[in-house]
Amino acid sequence: MSEPILRTHELTKRFGGLVAVDKVSLELHVGEVHAVIGPNGAGKSTLTNLLSGDLPPTSGTVQFENRDIAGLPSDRISRLGVGRSYQKTNIFLPFTVFENCRLAAQSRAPRAWRVWRGAGVFGDTNRQAEAAMEAAGLAHRRERVAATLSHGEQRQLEIAMCLATQPRLLLLDEPLAGMGPHESHRMVDLIRKLSEGHAIMLIEHDMDAVFAVAHKLTVMVNGEVIESGTPETVRASPAVQLAYLGGEDNLHG
Amino acid sequence: MTPARTRLFALLACALLLALFPLFGGTFYVQLIAKVMILAIFAMSLDLLIGYTGLVSFGHAAYFGLAGYALALLGPKYEAASLWWSLPAAMAVCALFALVTGLLVLRTKGIFFIMVTLAFAQMLYFVFHDTKLGGGSDGIYIYNKPELKIGDFALANLDKIEHFYYFVLILMLAVYLLLRRVLGSTFGRALVGIKVNEHRMQALGFPVFRYKLASYVLAGALGGLSGYLAAVQFGFVNPEILSWHKSGQVMMMVILGGMGTLYGPVLGAFAFVLLQETFSNQAWFGSLAKHWQLAMGGFVVLVALYLPRGLAGLIERKAQPAVEEEEKPKEKP
Ligand SMILES: Nc1ncnc2c1ncn2[C@@H]1O[C@H](COP(=O)(O)OP(=O)(O)OP(=O)(O)O)[C@@H](O)[C@H]1O
Ligand SMILES: [Mg+2]
Repeated sequence: MSEPILRTHELTKRFGGLVAVDKVSLELHVGEVHAVIGPNGAGKSTLTNLLSGDLPPTSGTVQFENRDIAGLPSDRISRLGVGRSYQKTNIFLPFTVFENCRLAAQSRAPRAWRVWRGAGVFGDTNRQAEAAMEAAGLAHRRERVAATLSHGEQRQLEIAMCLATQPRLLLLDEPLAGMGPHESHRMVDLIRKLSEGHAIMLIEHDMDAVFAVAHKLTVMVNGEVIESGTPETVRASPAVQLAYLGGEDNLHG
Repeated sequence: MTPARTRLFALLACALLLALFPLFGGTFYVQLIAKVMILAIFAMSLDLLIGYTGLVSFGHAAYFGLAGYALALLGPKYEAASLWWSLPAAMAVCALFALVTGLLVLRTKGIFFIMVTLAFAQMLYFVFHDTKLGGGSDGIYIYNKPELKIGDFALANLDKIEHFYYFVLILMLAVYLLLRRVLGSTFGRALVGIKVNEHRMQALGFPVFRYKLASYVLAGALGGLSGYLAAVQFGFVNPEILSWHKSGQVMMMVILGGMGTLYGPVLGAFAFVLLQETFSNQAWFGSLAKHWQLAMGGFVVLVALYLPRGLAGLIERKAQPAVEEEEKPKEKP
């Protein structure tokens, strides 16, 4: 087994008395889609926030490529190679689709601090932005202002921006929520394709999608991991069926 | 015509008009327009913060005043200072003040940012008002205007109002072009991104704090440039140039003209002074004239209600500054 690209140890986040993430230890590997599932309020988004630096953990460690990143600011973690998408769409509404992606790609440009050259002339940045739009299926919306996109397209843009930063690890927080069936299908294909060269943590409520792409599953309830392993293990786990799914049927859905 | 080209032609036309103005305008009006152009530089520097970085500073007069005091205090008392060092020095003092205070104020957001910028400007006000450092509330006279010489050759004599006028005009155009250029760069795009969605910018990997600090320092230095010119024009400085009224007025110019457009605040400065001169004209308004602030306040309310994008909004009907300038990627072979 290869070295994990990211490893957490007993990662914990408290909000006052509430333990939103409770001693979570997991490993993410390049070439794998690791799905994190669990009911509403289980702590999945909070876990994502801890890994991306949007929130500092209360305790525990996060190692990314053998570097301790727990508590680093989100821009540092992003530049190290961790990209994320948000459950609640978090884009630049007044900008065009292209400008949204171009800005995302610009964050990787070594000369982004140039105050003198026009922003349009950086070929690499523009190419990365175009590629990200293409991959997320938004190339035909290039010049549209993001605020005028449909909800589903805004979700696609959310992913495109994450891709444009060229991360090695992607943290996708419910990427399919709000997408139509056609786009969902396309996104699942994209995630599968991306998994070849990337590590992906996928948070998703759509079980069909999860079982279609995930190599590993972690099930969270009330901040705790109650089961983790291959899809077969998780499917067969009585604890999961009892605590989360309430019945066998849902897991075969 | 592309928007950029339209703007270039409009800019050239305005520059030409302003350049011809002293040929037929009387001295009073030449003085007045020079004052307006200085305020236009001041307003553009604030637009960089409010309109492009999303930082609503209510203490921008600090830089206007500080640069004036820097000239008055650093220059020799009975001889003319050389512009070559006194102008950069005054701007450097402002940049330094922006850097040091920026490290603190940029950690605050929203209403707290407004309060803290105001607090720093008020601190400066009281330093100069209540201590002997800058002559207290009487201020300091600047007896000699700075010299603009190369060797023994005087490039311009700033004592002559026409010379001063053209000097200010050139600087105003230079500041406009400089800021256009900076805002069209990757750095400028990042600033607008921060204005729109700071959180996402940070998540995308931008060191947001450093970008804001750079913008804050640049705005401070350019605010200093305008304050320096004002001190040269009027020949004295007193604490009023640091007061919160001054910060409020420049904010009104930016809002009146249309924030986030750069040329809007220039129009705002012209409109503001024009209105001020009109409403305070005793021949027209008699005893009401001394209450010009009241009329001005009403006017600003009307603009805010009916022209949320300011005078610039009348001119162009486009969505947003960053979108409007979309350049086609110019790929190198
Ligand atoms: N910033 C915060 N402050 C206080 N409590 C929070 C905060 N963020 C999340 N919580 C709480 O932590 C718990 C976990 O929330 P989280 O958003 O991580 O769940 P989730 O698994 O992503 O749920 P969903 O499936 O609905 O997205 C919830 O009880 C939530 O109310
Ligand atoms: Mg969530």
